Amino acid sequence: MKVAATLTVNGTSYPVELDPHMSLLRAVRDELGLTGSKEGCDDSECGACMMLLDGAPVNSCSYLALQAVGKDVTTVEGLAGDEEVGPLQRAFLQQFGVQCGFCTPGMLISATALLRSNPDPSDEEIRIGLSGNLCRCTGYDGIVKAVHQAASGDVPPLRGAPVHADVTPPHHAG
Amino acid sequence: MSPSFTSAMTLDDALAAVASGARPVAGGTDLVVGARQGKAPLPEDIVAIDRVDGLRALEVSDAGLRLGTLVTHGDIVADPDIRDRYTALADASAIVGSHATRAQGTIGGNVMNASPAMDTGGPLLCFDAAVTLRSATGERTIGLEALWTGPGKTSAAPDELLVAVDLPAPADGTGSSYVRLEYRRQMEIAVVGATALVVLRDGNVIDARISITALTPTIRRVPEAEAALVGSGADADAVKAAARAAATAATPISDVRGSAEYRRAMAEVMARRAIAAALTRARGGSVPIPASPATYGAKES
Repeated sequence: MKVAATLTVNGTSYPVELDPHMSLLRAVRDELGLTGSKEGCDDSECGACMMLLDGAPVNSCSYLALQAVGKDVTTVEGLAGDEEVGPLQRAFLQQFGVQCGFCTPGMLISATALLRSNPDPSDEEIRIGLSGNLCRCTGYDGIVKAVHQAASGDVPPLRGAPVHADVTPPHHAG
Repeated sequence: MSPSFTSAMTLDDALAAVASGARPVAGGTDLVVGARQGKAPLPEDIVAIDRVDGLRALEVSDAGLRLGTLVTHGDIVADPDIRDRYTALADASAIVGSHATRAQGTIGGNVMNASPAMDTGGPLLCFDAAVTLRSATGERTIGLEALWTGPGKTSAAPDELLVAVDLPAPADGTGSSYVRLEYRRQMEIAVVGATALVVLRDGNVIDARISITALTPTIRRVPEAEAALVGSGADADAVKAAARAAATAATPISDVRGSAEYRRAMAEVMARRAIAAALTRARGGSVPIPASPATYGAKES
């Protein structure tokens, strides 16, 4: 039987009806439509589903959605605040910390948790802090550089035209 | 029957739920992952105990260390007293899972999961930990040897909740270490693990406790290895004999993580490293706890 509950994600309250066995990842993606967090392994190995739960990192694929009721959930959608993309995200782009992008939401969440507990991490501390997140493309160097840049506080705006969220995807055209 | 979920706010509520057949979940890091891997389906009736008051305390006193069942690995490894006096436990908690696992995963869940490859098990055994099991009708305290009955199996009754883990205070002159063979730094459990605890007086070993991990159906101490150290001057021959005895006690399995032959060969190496690090620490030398304090995944304040 589904349970009526309220999930608080990125500061917004969402009334939902959840199966007791549903994971937080499935609830956020399928019920709330916030698809930034990814399912990689569904086994807590890869970190693509990483969210913050009251500020602490959680593999959301392995956490029951109903356990998150009454707690503040943060996903990648909540990182930018009022900006289009936040400084950490801009640093990932500028340092080529993004390639295919599948691991990026989890990397950004883990990097956020790391920088909150350690505002000026060393290379090794960044690598340890992100070692619950697997990336198959970048070789990690760009990601480590991006976290350093974000920690420095010196992240310039992105160059070029802003990407508008209201651009209609081609397959929806007409 | 359809699944049910309740979130207990008090210990009495939690005990009533398990008495009526619900299974407890705290951090979910074993229960949900186990279901995904097909080890066991998620229980029909689940009671979340992560909000229960009074089970999250970490108390260090002259008598020893008491870990409430909801204490996380992140809490353990960030605690200066545990790092100083129960160092092998800090070694283990520092490398459990990833920062996410350490932020959510609890010591109670870890112990009750009863994996023969769990990292904290060897240190808890060597520190002579006892667990307190509570049910709606009473409470009992037993040692870990009596709790762990096989891989993933405990002697706890279905209506019992582990509420606390108690470790007596270590003697002066104690040094301890946990080391594991691993393929990856995070999201890993021991391929082979070894824990050593030694107590030195005037350079001689007056007490030693050695346990082996992922080498027997339950994590166990090896009296033969301990006997090889006690009374010695902790010389290289005694360390080697102890490590060899630890490996001799191993009855490993072959699985996807390593062959029995490889595990047996590495048992001696890991035991030797654990003993060497414990001796160095007992002598006041420095062997760092793995990873750095800033990356333990400590919760936001």
